[in-house]
Parts: sequence; C-alpha cells; structure tokens
Amino acid sequence: MARLATQSLTKSFGRTPVCNGIDLTVETGQMVCLIGASGSGKSTLLRCLNLLEPIDDGAIFLDGTDISVPGLDPQPIRQRIGMVFQSFNLFPHLTAVENVMLAPRRVHRKSRDALRPEVSALFERVGLAERMDHYPDQLSGGQQQRVAIIRALAMRPDIMLFDEITSALDPELVGEVLGTLRELRADGMTMILATHEMSFARELADHVCFLDAGVIHEEGPPEQVLNDPQKDRTRAFLKRFL
Amino acid sequence: MLTRRQAYEARIRRRATSLAAASTCGVLLALLILVPLAPGWPAVKKSFFNAEVFADTFPGLLNAFLLDVAIFAWSAPLIFALGLLVALARDVRAPAAYPLKLFAILYTDIFRGVPVILVIYLVGFGIPGLGLPRPWNSPYIWGTVALVLTYAAYVSEVLRTGIESIHRSQRAAAASLGLSDADTMRFIILPQAIRKVVPANMNLFIALQKDVALLSFIGPVEIFRQAGVYKSLMANFTPYVGAALIFLAITIPATRYADYLLSKQMKARS
Repeated sequence: MARLATQSLTKSFGRTPVCNGIDLTVETGQMVCLIGASGSGKSTLLRCLNLLEPIDDGAIFLDGTDISVPGLDPQPIRQRIGMVFQSFNLFPHLTAVENVMLAPRRVHRKSRDALRPEVSALFERVGLAERMDHYPDQLSGGQQQRVAIIRALAMRPDIMLFDEITSALDPELVGEVLGTLRELRADGMTMILATHEMSFARELADHVCFLDAGVIHEEGPPEQVLNDPQKDRTRAFLKRFL
Repeated sequence: MLTRRQAYEARIRRRATSLAAASTCGVLLALLILVPLAPGWPAVKKSFFNAEVFADTFPGLLNAFLLDVAIFAWSAPLIFALGLLVALARDVRAPAAYPLKLFAILYTDIFRGVPVILVIYLVGFGIPGLGLPRPWNSPYIWGTVALVLTYAAYVSEVLRTGIESIHRSQRAAAASLGLSDADTMRFIILPQAIRKVVPANMNLFIALQKDVALLSFIGPVEIFRQAGVYKSLMANFTPYVGAALIFLAITIPATRYADYLLSKQMKARS
C-alpha cells in the first residue's frame, strides 16, 4: 500500500485552476521530486497534501485512509506529515531549540527535560549543536532552514514535504541543506520535494514528476525523465537548466 | 585625516547647528522680552506664576497626584486584560461564538465613539444611582469601570491590528506542525503581536494617565480637583500650573520613550 497517494486532485484559487487532476503515488521510504516552472502547481500540491489548502475535488490517501474528507479534523493528520517551507517560517520570537520543542511539548505533551536528549541529537546531526539557543535572526539562511527541518522532524512524522527549501538561499548555503536531506534519505524517510535542484534530484530521487499546467505531464525514474525526456515540454523546461 | 567628503559634511553640519541655535535663541529672547510687555502681564504673573502659592501648594498637589497614579495602576492591567479578551473575541471563528464576536464589535464601536467624560458621567452617576449599598456606590469603582470600558476598546483595536500584522506563513508553519488554533494564537501569534504594538499601546496609556483627572468630576479628590480647591482657597491659578508640571514630569519621559521604541522598531523593519 502506498504511504501517500492522490487521486485526480483538483484545486483552483477563485477561477484560476492550479491542480487539474493530479494522480501521485509515493511508497514508503521513497523520495519523489516534483519539478516544473513556477506556477505549475508544485507548491499548491504540497500545501494540499498537508491540508493547509482544502482541495476542490479528488482525494488524498495517507496509508490508505482518505484524509481529504471535508470536515475532517486536520490536526492529527498534520502531525504525521512534516512540512518545510521556502521561506523557513521559523518563529522569530523563540530560540532555535524552543522552535523545535514547541510542537512536541504542546501536541505530544512531553516536558522539555524529556525532549532534551532527542532534540539535542537532532541539532547535533545537522551541525547546529552550538546554535541551539540562538534566535532565528542570529542564524544564516542555511542554518535557519536546517532548524526548520529538525523542527518538523521532532514531531516524528511519517512523511516529509519540502517546498523549494533551497530557493531562498545564497548559492554557497544550498549545499549544507541538501546534505541534511541526503542524510534523511539514507535513514529511509519518505519525502516529497518540490525543487529546482536537478542534479540533486538526479542523484537521489526514486521518482521524478514534471508538473505543467497543474497536471503531471511526465513522470518516471530520474535518469529517464531528466536525461531522456519523452515529451516536448519536459525537454523545453529542462533545457533551461543546462 | 578627513576625506574631502567628510570635511564638506562636517562644515555643513556645523553651519546647520549654529543656525538652529541662533534662531532658537532669537525666538526665546523675543518671547522673554515681548510677553512681559503685554498690558495684562503683571496680573497674569501674579495669578498664574506666583512663587509663594506654588511653594505652598506643590507638596499637596504631589500628594493628590498619588491618587492619579494609583487609579492608573489598577486600571491599566484591567484595561489590557479586557482589551485582549475583546481582541480575541473578534478573532473567533466558531459559529456558536458568533454572538461574542458581534458583542465585541458593538462594544468597540460604542466606546470608541463616545467621549470619555460622557462615559464617566453615565457610569459614575448612573450606576450608583440604582441605589447600590456601600461600598458598591463608590465613585472609585465606577470611575475605574468607565475608564476601563473606554480604554479597553482602543487597546483591543490596537491588539487586533497587531494580530493581523503577523504574516499568515506563521500560522501555516504552526498548523503544519499540528498545533491547535488556540496554541497557535497563544504561543505564536500573540507574543509577536503584543510586542509589535507596544509603542502604540504606550501612547494609549499615556493618554489614560491624563484622563484619570476626569474622574474628579464624579468625586475623587485627585490632583485636578485638589488644584481647584487650592485655587478657590487662595484665589490664585498657580496650582493649575503646578498640576500641569507634575503631569508633564510623567508624560514627557513616557512619550519620549514610546517614540524611541517606535523608531527602533521602524529601523528593525527596514
């Protein structure tokens, strides 16, 4: 059974259609990359998967359960789906460690002391053990994004969504964030990435989907989609990254 | 060694400073010479700037001002608490709580639309007029209620602007972590919103400190009322000047501090 799947997912903003019937399947432990131009629907798809946006039609299944039933309480589902945003969205009034601990404390009712070892290990892992007590504005973009990643990981999600998380970073900071993703991949985390990092997708993705005008225009293993695309639009899009 | 540009800018600055000093001195000098030339000046000086009366009444005025400070001190937290409740009531989305929201909107509209002094009269004379027993007919209680009702309406509006100014990506980040709406408000939105509107709220509380004097109209002998008593006793207006000076000693530093906070915030944002 797929960990996460969508069935002709449809979403429009007002009269502007953004997702026009997307069928996506992500198996447990897979890393799926969504590529495509700005406005092709990648971000909206991710926001829909995390129930931040209600979908108009179709369905989303998490471990086989329909989570897109209108009126369903989104909170317990969001706890199982971690999300990292392009603009980090750390809480500016809290230190890095408080950013990471807040949700486990409030949602899982764990004490700071009980969380400390686990959270310290997470900071250690992304190389930020020295920065735990810094506020977001005292951290570089790359450091903030790594804190945002472990903030989501601290909830022990079943699947992680990454929405162009390196697009707002200076080029020299992209590497450290991709390094964290590489480790997560090695741990077997199920991940969906909207990304423009083609070489990263080529290296690590199990499956690549090229989105165009709100549909998956072409999909397959990375060597096929990225090296030998079959459709004209995919070719035209990829040409811009050479 | 100064660069050419630095030397030029230093010259310009010196010129600007000396011009400003000269023109300020000129205006002050003109005031000091011209005002005493006015035909009524000796009379005004005697009844408004009488050093003897000032010395006699100032300690009493200071003492009466303690009452203003006390009323301010117990009103301010109540105002903040009620303002916060009203601001939150306007943010609720549950349909069952709609009457609460409606009430909050009506409340802010009414109390922002009526002069403070009218509210003080209506509440301060009207409610004890119901024949309440002591101590429930005290003008301190109902005067405080009037101030709290009026100022909480303003504070709630300020807080609401603060809440709305927090970018929706913060709510999205909180939601994506599975935090409840209440926790998001309490731990993410409010702490940021309240900090953002500190300067605006400080200005409101400075205004409150001044408006405490309005309670004198329903009874309490605070500084304004005390000054009036001295005026009648001594047939001299100097106590009012003394009272004004005492207010300024509090409000000018507070205003300066609020402005400083505001400009610091502006800088941080740009």
